[in-house]
Amino acid sequence: MSSLGGRARLAGLALLIALFALFFLLPFAGLLERGLRDPDAWDAVTSATARDALALSLWTSTLALAIAIVTGTPVAYWLARARFHGKGAVEALIDLPIVLPPTIAGVALLTAFGRNGLLGEPLDSWFGLTLGFSTTAVVMAQLFVGAPFYVRAARAGFASVDAQYERVALTLGASRLRAFVRIVLPLSWPSLAAGAALCWARALGELGATLIFAGNLQGETQTMPLAILSAFESASGLTAAVALSLLLLIVALVALAAFWLISPRMREPL
Amino acid sequence: MGIAVWLALAVLATGACGGGREGGGGERRETITVLAAASLTDAFGELAEAFEATHPGVMVRLAFAGSATLRTQALEGAPADVFASASPDEVEALAAAGLVVEQRALAENTLVVAAARQGGERVATFADLAEPGLRLVLAAETVPAGRYARRALALADTAGTLAPDFAARVLANVRSNEPSVRAALAKVELGEADAAIVYASDLAGAMRPGVRAVAIPARFQAPAGYRIALLSKRASARAFLAFATSHASAAILAHHGFAPAGGAP
Repeated sequence: MSSLGGRARLAGLALLIALFALFFLLPFAGLLERGLRDPDAWDAVTSATARDALALSLWTSTLALAIAIVTGTPVAYWLARARFHGKGAVEALIDLPIVLPPTIAGVALLTAFGRNGLLGEPLDSWFGLTLGFSTTAVVMAQLFVGAPFYVRAARAGFASVDAQYERVALTLGASRLRAFVRIVLPLSWPSLAAGAALCWARALGELGATLIFAGNLQGETQTMPLAILSAFESASGLTAAVALSLLLLIVALVALAAFWLISPRMREPL
Repeated sequence: MGIAVWLALAVLATGACGGGREGGGGERRETITVLAAASLTDAFGELAEAFEATHPGVMVRLAFAGSATLRTQALEGAPADVFASASPDEVEALAAAGLVVEQRALAENTLVVAAARQGGERVATFADLAEPGLRLVLAAETVPAGRYARRALALADTAGTLAPDFAARVLANVRSNEPSVRAALAKVELGEADAAIVYASDLAGAMRPGVRAVAIPARFQAPAGYRIALLSKRASARAFLAFATSHASAAILAHHGFAPAGGAP
């Protein structure tokens, strides 16, 4: 009896897993099927629009990641080591963009850096500097939504390194920087790589905030997600959108595979 | 800056918003889904209320987006009973796919320049759109408003009364191709852009304190022909089509700045 009940439970479990897998695999199968079926798909992939958008997406998301690493690493280290009142609040604040719908991020960026924004207005009236509709705005939107993923992972990585190791290094005469570079970085490297991969992927996929804050202009602010949205609305409808989606999907897969090779521990959950 | 503007922008950026109104009481109500061009947002909101008031038991679910997005969604099988587009092209695409049961002309619209009160002072006439450095936004070429705007620029070029290369100069000022005409207007209201080419109806209804209308000469205008199509054979959907093309509806549409279909007002 009990083995029968066990088998039924096992079957139920297998069914749930199969349903889950089906739900997540079918959309990719659909993309692939449409892309291969449609003879015009290749034209869309090789169009100037696609080339411009892919180039823009790649370099802006990479720049956003670089800025996230340079400015986010000290923040993550500080959060991993410091003990102070309201630390939880600071951490929650940094996590906020992760749970924020991107459209809200776009509106928020406008209220801060737009022409009538808190900082945007003085920038415009004093220096004639406007950020909206510029490639700078694209990078800012990507940084805003992507950096929290890196900081979060890096903080966890740094926290997992026993502070005792650093203290020992210091007593042996190493400088703080040297201790960080020689001890903390190597030990937390897998977490940093995983966080960087997530940050980059999120920046690459950014749409809502970019559309609101940076606009949509080929070669300037039209990243791949925006190009896909524009293609979806064009007369060719789904064909071009599917083709561009496949292109971006392949690029993202290649990049994530590269991250994966660099960091074996990315296979483990954060 | 009005909170409503920010909210409107957030809604616009999500592409579409379904607006369903719950009926009171326990009686069963029938729901019809109407896909409507972004420029019809205010007019169809009022139209749907008037329709529901005269047709108890029927609830209208409205989904607004750029006509092109709605067309692609309908082509891909989005459940819809009525489709109102800002140009015949999208309806023709659905008709070619055999989705249209019946179609009628709905209204006409003209174009106007929306200039920001702050930042758009340089725009006094249509010709000023060619001023170097002006921050202009247009609806993308993929949506009707974007096509009409580019057609107006081409007509101005053909007329030859404005600066040489007028259209090219104006297009060089374009900073963003927005997914719908309302998104373009929102960028002007926020002061992000100096000017946009929008529908006259976009500036007719609601108070828009940050925006000033600058006329586009009639000889450059290619009137936008709105089309409404029946996509299902349900009686309630057919009733909505009849209502939308009735005299009562014409009054609502006129109030929101639309001209009657097929002729001058």
